[in-house]
Amino acid sequence: MIHDKKAHKFGMVIDLDKCTGCGSCMVSCMSENNVPFKEDESRKKDSITWMRVYKLTNGKSFPDTEVVYMPRPCQHCGGKGDHGHSPCVSVCPATATEYGHDTGIVSQIYTRCFGCRYCMGACPYHARYFNWWDPEWPEGMENYLSPNVSPRMRGVVEKCSFCYHRYQAAKDKAYYEERETIEENEYQTACATACPAGAITFGDLNNPSHKVHQIVKPDPHPDPMNKDVVGKSRNPKIFRLLERLGTNPKVYYLSEREWVRKAGDNYLDGEWDKVKNHHGSSSHE
Amino acid sequence: MKVDRRSFLGLGLGAVAGVAVSPVGMKLTDDSSIWTQNWPWTPVPVDGEVTYDSSVCSLCPGNCGISVRKIDGRPVKIEGLDGYPINNGGACLHGIAGLQYLYDPTRVKTPLRKNGDKFEKISWKEAISLVSGKLAEIRKSGSPEKLACITDKTQGSVSQLFNHFLTAFGSSNYFDMPSLESFLELTAQTLHGKGKTLGFDLENSDFVLSFGAGLIEGWGSPVNCFKANASRKERHAKLFQIEPRLSNTAANADKWIPINPGTEADLALGICAVMLKKNLFKAGKFKGSFNKFVAMVQKEYSVTKVAETTGIKANEIEKIATLFAKAKMPVAIPGKGRGNGGQSLKEFAAIHTLNCLAGSLNKKGGAFVMAMNEYLSFPKAIMDEVAEKGAGKTKIANSVNELVEKLNGSSKPIVDALFVYNANPCYSLHDPKRVKQAFQKIPFVVSFSSFLDETAMEADVILPSNTFLERIEDMPSQAGLARNVIGLTRPVMDPVFDTRNPGDALISLAHGLEGTIAESFEWESYEECLESVTADVWDSLSEEGYVLVSQGPPKGNPIVDFTYLSANPSTIQAQGDLELMLIPIDNMRLTGTAPMASPFAIKTVSDKVLTGTDIVVEINPMTAKGLKDKGYATLTTPVGSAKVKINFNEGIMPGVLGMVKGLGHTCDNKFVSNKGVNVNDLIGPVIESGSGLDAAFGIRAKISKA
Repeated sequence: MIHDKKAHKFGMVIDLDKCTGCGSCMVSCMSENNVPFKEDESRKKDSITWMRVYKLTNGKSFPDTEVVYMPRPCQHCGGKGDHGHSPCVSVCPATATEYGHDTGIVSQIYTRCFGCRYCMGACPYHARYFNWWDPEWPEGMENYLSPNVSPRMRGVVEKCSFCYHRYQAAKDKAYYEERETIEENEYQTACATACPAGAITFGDLNNPSHKVHQIVKPDPHPDPMNKDVVGKSRNPKIFRLLERLGTNPKVYYLSEREWVRKAGDNYLDGEWDKVKNHHGSSSHE
Repeated sequence: MKVDRRSFLGLGLGAVAGVAVSPVGMKLTDDSSIWTQNWPWTPVPVDGEVTYDSSVCSLCPGNCGISVRKIDGRPVKIEGLDGYPINNGGACLHGIAGLQYLYDPTRVKTPLRKNGDKFEKISWKEAISLVSGKLAEIRKSGSPEKLACITDKTQGSVSQLFNHFLTAFGSSNYFDMPSLESFLELTAQTLHGKGKTLGFDLENSDFVLSFGAGLIEGWGSPVNCFKANASRKERHAKLFQIEPRLSNTAANADKWIPINPGTEADLALGICAVMLKKNLFKAGKFKGSFNKFVAMVQKEYSVTKVAETTGIKANEIEKIATLFAKAKMPVAIPGKGRGNGGQSLKEFAAIHTLNCLAGSLNKKGGAFVMAMNEYLSFPKAIMDEVAEKGAGKTKIANSVNELVEKLNGSSKPIVDALFVYNANPCYSLHDPKRVKQAFQKIPFVVSFSSFLDETAMEADVILPSNTFLERIEDMPSQAGLARNVIGLTRPVMDPVFDTRNPGDALISLAHGLEGTIAESFEWESYEECLESVTADVWDSLSEEGYVLVSQGPPKGNPIVDFTYLSANPSTIQAQGDLELMLIPIDNMRLTGTAPMASPFAIKTVSDKVLTGTDIVVEINPMTAKGLKDKGYATLTTPVGSAKVKINFNEGIMPGVLGMVKGLGHTCDNKFVSNKGVNVNDLIGPVIESGSGLDAAFGIRAKISKA
């Protein structure tokens, strides 16, 4: 094992102005993580997509309509105050999902899960999926399965792991090469490497030399308006989904368009104008 | 023995103590937990040494470099190859899902022969002797020109090998499927002369005027276009997208300009007229009645006229013309959607004329008039008397569509045998019913397909090809790319099934035919052939995996010939007179040509495109009188009718119906087939006079509640 004492906080920022909705991230994720497929995948509630690309529209009529695509992996919430009490972790009776305080990654241990699905109810982002059926591959297709991720069985919940096995592999390599730390490019998720538009930036939010930190500029202090919110971006163009809930996701979104940023949460009439210019304080730079 | 109170209690306590200390209880709990955690039916992938192979993906004309991760030689993941001159690390979803094609349920696992309605397995030896026997009969009859061939493209050594085979056999009836590449070649030929093609320097242009080109819908070399598009923000470059529907490209563009379907050529000529009138053009080597062209566009394509045809306001057309002409490095790009559907030469030529007038030819960020790839040196085919005689006959048709028409129009068989390679005309051409009908008129159809798709189903014999992961092949770049790269697809594993490289199959067939045909194919294997015909570049190709032949603007200012356009060829009209217009939609997550989409790709398709087995049609709520969102409707065109679901979409022009391309397959693959309808079933071909292209951009339609 590598004795890296520093607490990492892996996260990503997705540039929604660059995202084309092409679907490469979804397929890269599925093929990296042995996600199965079935005959009818058009019922999206039971279609297992750790990474799902949503289509957002501004709701205006022709020809003022605008469309934006929003990829949604697991948000790897830090929970209220960013103390590791993620919504799903808090409710799991089987300790099948845990918050990694050294990585900020929310894990999912399939063999511990007994399928109560409390976590699915608790997750505000629909990032968790239940295996209603055993996975089935057409004859011979099991041959492309990767040994790095165990295929799941009927009755358990699964979700995005930020490709944790890639982190493990990178650490193993560093240990073998007698290095204490891993480089930024050594640990990248399958979606980030696949994106042909370069819309996904992944790295350690705690590490100022990582690109993701430089783009997001997270404010480490609690939001004065809402003490539960920590790590708000100092960039006014960056937002998180349902940020005011205080789930403290580690997935940030970037957009130049105001209506897209507004779509990241539900606002009462007039509420948006009060908060739209409120972002992480720059006094802590 | 008497059981008294004392011994009863003693025994009881002893039992309790015994159970508590005994390991049996623990053992049983442990066993039961192990037992409940056993899922013997869930596969356990075997671990092993990790290696990476580099190759080139050939699923589409994009030809991206790929890196294949393997575990003990078993491929488990495909990713984009860093540093490859086309995609530099990026990959599209079809390429990433490439491993699924290896084990696709429709894969043809051995050579097949049709017996009645069913296919039966035969050995390669039997298959080769069967096909070469039939071919020998055709030659014996003295009309070798009755062997025809359809491939997906004309470039690359496998396509050239098919052509070589036909030449040695004595037939000139070699056809390629309509593709962006073929349209660009034709455009370049019309405006600049033979042996040229066009490339568009999107990554350096500061103003891209796209006439419906789906830059992020899979146009050209998709990943290359994605990258060029994504860097737009940093380069402060603009993209104006002109099309009737808010496609992903339009949504991502700086401006979306809705236009009446099928009037793109009129708009392009209208912009030409403005540029000429306001003296916003740069003179070039204009030949062939340039003055006549100027007079023609001033008269026929005045701003007011064009505004009426296209539905774009006159002042907006003038604004676009000014912005385009005044940009530093403007480029106009043709090819609606992926650029491989119904397209017209008039439209391509008119749009490319904008590049000629803006002085963008062979300039950084502009349009490149590039020489065709000429790295292959095939030996001259040796022709005997029969072949010479066949070669003297005129080609039956000028395009696949014309071939289909001729076959259906004649009572006598005009084609005795047909080779089909890497193409699915019975699915991807307009009105595939007529294509199947034409195929049935051919006594002997040989398919080289890897999959039992709609066209392979019509074949009499299938000589199955290896997939791109199991074979070697050269992959010249094409499809509007502004650089010339030759890639090498290399096998990353042994063939999973009893399949061969199509080149090897052809060489065996030639050897089976003996005589001059065998002499023309003196190679032992395709690999040997590849090495000899690519002799000039083979060393670097096999060492580096690719050869970068050229990049950056080609030298010289090419001549521009206005003869074709100055005669004002007529604009294509959609078939029928119904009130609405149905247009096909290219969606990045589906494919309209061979091979069809993978299960993973289908999984990503939105439920606003496909729900269950129902295809969803887009309609503007303003047009959808009496229809309900998510309700069923019957869509009728002059060619056919289909039951569809409705999706109210504010991002499509009123009066237009949008239906996705790539669904409605009928082959035996439950993950991909029998979902929705094939939009081509509802659209008939409209042949453009002069070019012979099927230019049907859509069709008139009506829709009513089902």
